[in-house]
Amino acid sequence: MQFDPFVIPFNLGLYFILFYAVARSIIWFRELSRPDKLRLQRGFFGKAFGQSLKEIFLESLIHRKILKTNPLLGYMHMSLAFGWFLLILFGTIEADVFGEKHLNPPYKAIFFKFFNPDHGKTIFEAGYSFLMDLILAFVLSGLILAVIKRFSSKAVGMKKTTRLRTLDKVALTSLWLIFPSRLIAESLTSGAYGTGSFLTGTLGSWLASFLPGREAAYPFWWLYSLSLGTFFLLLPLTRYLHIPTELFLIFMRNSGIRTGDKAGTFSEVEVHSCSSCGICIDTCQLNFSAGINTIQSAYLMKAIRNNGETFEIAHNCLLCGRCDQVCPVGIELSPIRMIQRRAGDSEIKYVNSWKGYFRNKQSLPAARPNIRSSYDFLPESSPSKADVLYFAGCMTHLTPSIKNAMTRIMNASGLNWSFIDETGGVCCGRPLMLAGQDKEARELINYNSQIIWKSGAHTLVTSCPICYKVFKESYYLDVEVLHHSQFIKNLIDEGSLKLNFLHKRVTYHTPCELGRGSGVYNEPKEVLRHVSNLETTGFEDENSLCCGGSLGNIMLSHENKRKIASDVASELTKENPDYLVTSCPLCKKTLAPATKSKVADISEIVAEAIASPPSVKKNSVRYKKNVRESAGIA
Amino acid sequence: MEKFGFALSKARVIDYDANDRAIADYILEREPSFGACIECGGCSATCTTGNFTGFSLREIHILLKRGENEQVRKKIRKCMLCGKCSLVCPRGVNTRNVVFLARQAFQKEEDYAV
Repeated sequence: MQFDPFVIPFNLGLYFILFYAVARSIIWFRELSRPDKLRLQRGFFGKAFGQSLKEIFLESLIHRKILKTNPLLGYMHMSLAFGWFLLILFGTIEADVFGEKHLNPPYKAIFFKFFNPDHGKTIFEAGYSFLMDLILAFVLSGLILAVIKRFSSKAVGMKKTTRLRTLDKVALTSLWLIFPSRLIAESLTSGAYGTGSFLTGTLGSWLASFLPGREAAYPFWWLYSLSLGTFFLLLPLTRYLHIPTELFLIFMRNSGIRTGDKAGTFSEVEVHSCSSCGICIDTCQLNFSAGINTIQSAYLMKAIRNNGETFEIAHNCLLCGRCDQVCPVGIELSPIRMIQRRAGDSEIKYVNSWKGYFRNKQSLPAARPNIRSSYDFLPESSPSKADVLYFAGCMTHLTPSIKNAMTRIMNASGLNWSFIDETGGVCCGRPLMLAGQDKEARELINYNSQIIWKSGAHTLVTSCPICYKVFKESYYLDVEVLHHSQFIKNLIDEGSLKLNFLHKRVTYHTPCELGRGSGVYNEPKEVLRHVSNLETTGFEDENSLCCGGSLGNIMLSHENKRKIASDVASELTKENPDYLVTSCPLCKKTLAPATKSKVADISEIVAEAIASPPSVKKNSVRYKKNVRESAGIA
Repeated sequence: MEKFGFALSKARVIDYDANDRAIADYILEREPSFGACIECGGCSATCTTGNFTGFSLREIHILLKRGENEQVRKKIRKCMLCGKCSLVCPRGVNTRNVVFLARQAFQKEEDYAV
């Protein structure tokens, strides 16, 4: 037998999806920027290719990262992906070796049992059938878990699972039907011919005892083919597009392409690579502390894919970056969120076309009519000359103890320093950026840059991680930007700051903007170890929590911020430390009212530990004199 | 006529019928804490922008609630969204979102007019 009409749905689906994959790849490649095209070409002929293959095997098939976070969930994903892959691979080999001829069309491999029903009689064939049954059992075990997860997510260790659209549900049903219908079809056929191994053979002989095997099998072969065909046809419209897209993502990422700040091919590929696994929902503090579960990254990706309303989802987020850390696909979730926040100003947007099978780039009017200088009231600046500048930042001005501690440390260090915003400076611009208003932010950045240039300094120290991140990333400065924890660390290493040991037990809270945002994890902890007994919490480094006060979220109510803060504070002060130490004025301000423990900034701890009394405030006096002169008072 | 160097001041009447509360309503709908403001002025006292120029969030709050939007339209662009005001607010008003929404409302109004 060479052909049967039941293979038509499968063939239609398969050739459709292959054609579609080629068309979409070409569109995506064409929309890449020129440098990215070059990166991709270089990646294709270079080391990146091998890396990508390895990563595709480990992540797309084995799902290593999910296995690490949640073994049961990982097993579910692995058995479906890797199992299905093995089924196709060994099925093709089976058809090639045992079939009538070599190089068969794909349907011959998929429906091998139908076309070769008496296969499995000899020992070698029976061995191979055993292998195929084993793989099918592997897939089915994952499928059972998936069904359980859909109805009770807690059973597989997930607190929440993603909500689905109707189309997703149809695709999900067809996916779920694929393997059971294959099992029953193969079993019935095997039962009729007395073949099959431990799974299909046993089930088949039992079914054949009361059913006419050959006739009963036929509708199930149809069902198997139909569910495959439906699944392939719906794949581009649903989250299952992540299956082929993730391969592109891995390859592009290994070639050195990054999200950047505009929507484009890479962000599109990322958005479509999200499998809605829901790991980001479980890790989100808005979910588990504030009970907000509509705005997590999986939902943002879904809303972008479906051209849904993204405004609230994009803005109601702390931008703490916890989901970026756990995303098993490695999607740059926060940069994509920022693109959505800037959407009003950005020139590119993607909209669905062809009933959602394709997406078109849409150009929006570039500039808005009333963009004019908002900050022309800012006075001409004339800063004093200094080697080291200290920029306290808005938030530090609200926590004067940090400011005073830094002044003591600076004076004790004996450096020629100047406090550029002692009388209240201009905002660094990051809060505006976080609200998606980059053009306004750029004005403040230019203003602050001028002050820094004019001062002739070589180092800029800031107490606020929010400022630190923007100085580091968005200012084009010829100075070394340091967070005060790094600066203190340098002073200790150089020996210019002599500190006593305080005999205090402290825990450290890593601020989001400093830790996950800027990758500064170790310096603050080393400083703390130098002056106190630093104890560990369950939330170190990448796994640290957000205090809830983040400027990233403009919508979060005061009450919800307080809920998050008190959850975090109680986690971090479980062991009753003398101090809960952080290195961000905003974290300090948010956490302090949420706990009975003392909350301190790292600079306050260090200032307390300064060994010798601070030397005469030479520099500070000179600075004040300069200010008076420049202001025309003296 | 002889100029005396002083004049009768213009009647300072707030005409709620003529004023347009649309923007205040837009904000209140999306940020209910806007209604909790007691006009204490804490926000204005701590304001980064207010340090440089006569910008007062308290004033803006009052003007918006009265519906005197034209005075707010230009002023509101001076805010740097640094968020200090929302940290000092004794009533837990999310002032940062109030400014954000007000700007958005003005923008929408202008986009619509164009």
